[in-house]
Amino acid sequence: MNNQVIAKNDIKSDKTDALKNKFSLMKKEFIKSYQFHLIILIPIIYMIIFHYFPMYGIQIAFKDFSGVKGILGSPWVGFKYFEKFFSSPVFWVLLKNTLAVSVYALVAGFPIPIILALALNSSKSIAFKKTVQMVTYAPHFISTVVMVGLMYQFFSTKYGVVNIIIKYLGGDPIMFMGEASWFRHMFVWSGVWQNAGWGTIIYLSSLAGINPSLYEAALMDGAGRFKRMIYIEIPSLMPTIVTLLILNFGRVMNVGFEKALLMQTATNMETSNVIQTYVYQIGLNSPIPNYSYASAIGLFNSIINFVLIIVVNWISRKVSENSLW
Amino acid sequence: MSKFGKLSSPKEKGDTVFYIFNTLILGAAFLAVIYPLIYIVSASFSSPFAVTTGRVWLLPVDFTVKGYQAVFNHKDILTGYKNSTIYASIGTILNVILTVAAAYPLSRKEFKARSFYMKIFVITMFFHGGLIPTYLLMNDLQLINTRAIMILTAAINVYNMIITRTFFQTNIPDELIEAARIDGMGDIRILIKIVLPLSKSIIAVITLFYAVNHWNHFFAALIYLNDKKLFPLQIVLRNILVLNQVDYSMMENISLEEITAREGLAELLKFSLIIVASLPVLMLYPFVQKYFVKGVMIGSLKG
Repeated sequence: MNNQVIAKNDIKSDKTDALKNKFSLMKKEFIKSYQFHLIILIPIIYMIIFHYFPMYGIQIAFKDFSGVKGILGSPWVGFKYFEKFFSSPVFWVLLKNTLAVSVYALVAGFPIPIILALALNSSKSIAFKKTVQMVTYAPHFISTVVMVGLMYQFFSTKYGVVNIIIKYLGGDPIMFMGEASWFRHMFVWSGVWQNAGWGTIIYLSSLAGINPSLYEAALMDGAGRFKRMIYIEIPSLMPTIVTLLILNFGRVMNVGFEKALLMQTATNMETSNVIQTYVYQIGLNSPIPNYSYASAIGLFNSIINFVLIIVVNWISRKVSENSLW
Repeated sequence: MSKFGKLSSPKEKGDTVFYIFNTLILGAAFLAVIYPLIYIVSASFSSPFAVTTGRVWLLPVDFTVKGYQAVFNHKDILTGYKNSTIYASIGTILNVILTVAAAYPLSRKEFKARSFYMKIFVITMFFHGGLIPTYLLMNDLQLINTRAIMILTAAINVYNMIITRTFFQTNIPDELIEAARIDGMGDIRILIKIVLPLSKSIIAVITLFYAVNHWNHFFAALIYLNDKKLFPLQIVLRNILVLNQVDYSMMENISLEEITAREGLAELLKFSLIIVASLPVLMLYPFVQKYFVKGVMIGSLKG
């Protein structure tokens, strides 16, 4: 009996010793690397204040927030605002508009940079290639406001060059920026115009990394330029394509929302009202802002995004062995 | 490819068709992008009358700089330009300092706590408080309607931090840092005296990324600012280009003749404004394009 107790005590003191050891090791480690901690201190404080405090504020989605009572003092209401959102008639409209515009953007916008990158990579004239790159990258640096401003200029019914051409050809001017039926096309294709060129960079860097011996072997087998593209270049782009697809799926609920907001007019709301612009309208741009309701909708949106990225990543790992994690 | 020309001779015909198609695709992309750009420049130098009647289609018609005069006589635009310059310059300096300060310790393998700190950054890429909680925080911090908020929102971009860290990991030799330690230098001095001078290219890359973002950003100003004196250029642009609010009282020295052509002038002003607003970025662009491309390439490496 006595022996057992002693043995137990031994184990205990061993454990505390181990803990002490670990602690003193950590202390040593900290002293050794204190300057690293010092360097990173301000960035970390910044992240905690500006990124983690708002996460703490998410709880107002489950509360009846009032400015007077503050975040902590406001009473809990559970899923009241989520239920309100799901049962509101605007819910299905918002969901449809959000998914329609982002899926359209993905389907139209995703393949074009790949085609463009393959074409650039196959160009025989380096000067021509460089010129096309220079020009097609440039719109990426135009701000969203200027981009939408440009669209208003080009497509205005009065002076816009597009409608002037339509009128010249004998057609009736079209309210491209005002009609609900045009919103999605305008949104998506302006995005393609602005970003397709820039989107080629990542593919071009993968193409530049292809082992030249693959090309030589293909040439020996008599493969023409087109076949080399199909059998060497496209397969070598697959990992990049899959990674970018996953990332894009994770953003399906985040339509380029600043652009959608700028393109919104009273007459195209039927299609231009997406979840994020709605959050902005009821939370920050309304005479009687409803912070809790807006937060609940915003949270719903982020959760869908998060689930999507996990699901797509999981599927892609099963199917193709390419995944983000 | 000419080197292999003889080898591929049976396929030459197919290849010729391929290259013709290829050139057509690239040519189409080139024209689709460059035409609107040329049109804006030409329209901004044409007479208001020529623009509104649709006579401008490629080159300026009835060359004039009236649109630019109107831009430079518009008080809101000038204030916006000044504000954007302040926000972009101070903001970018803060961005670069914070980004390097986060990236360097996280790039050092001997820093045991780095995986813990790294998690703090990476989590924010997937979770965020969202629009309203962030707004409430800014409100609590009494940052609404101050210049500080334009500098403090998004002071660190985690993606830029990660490319900087990747650069440090792959480009700064460990031996160099160990040697400096043996010489008795501390980590802070090593960062400033040894690492930074070797990292000019990555600093150029992130400086440009941040500066362009500051210059082009409008949403923070839209939700956090309502004092006209603090508005950055992008908000002024939104009011004029998107909401179509051209305030004639803002234009000094407006003559009678110009008043009669108000509407045309307003259109012209918009084109000139687009050019003036995009000028800082577009002027830099040809010289710095390679840095941007480099940034994307580093980012595509798995860090």
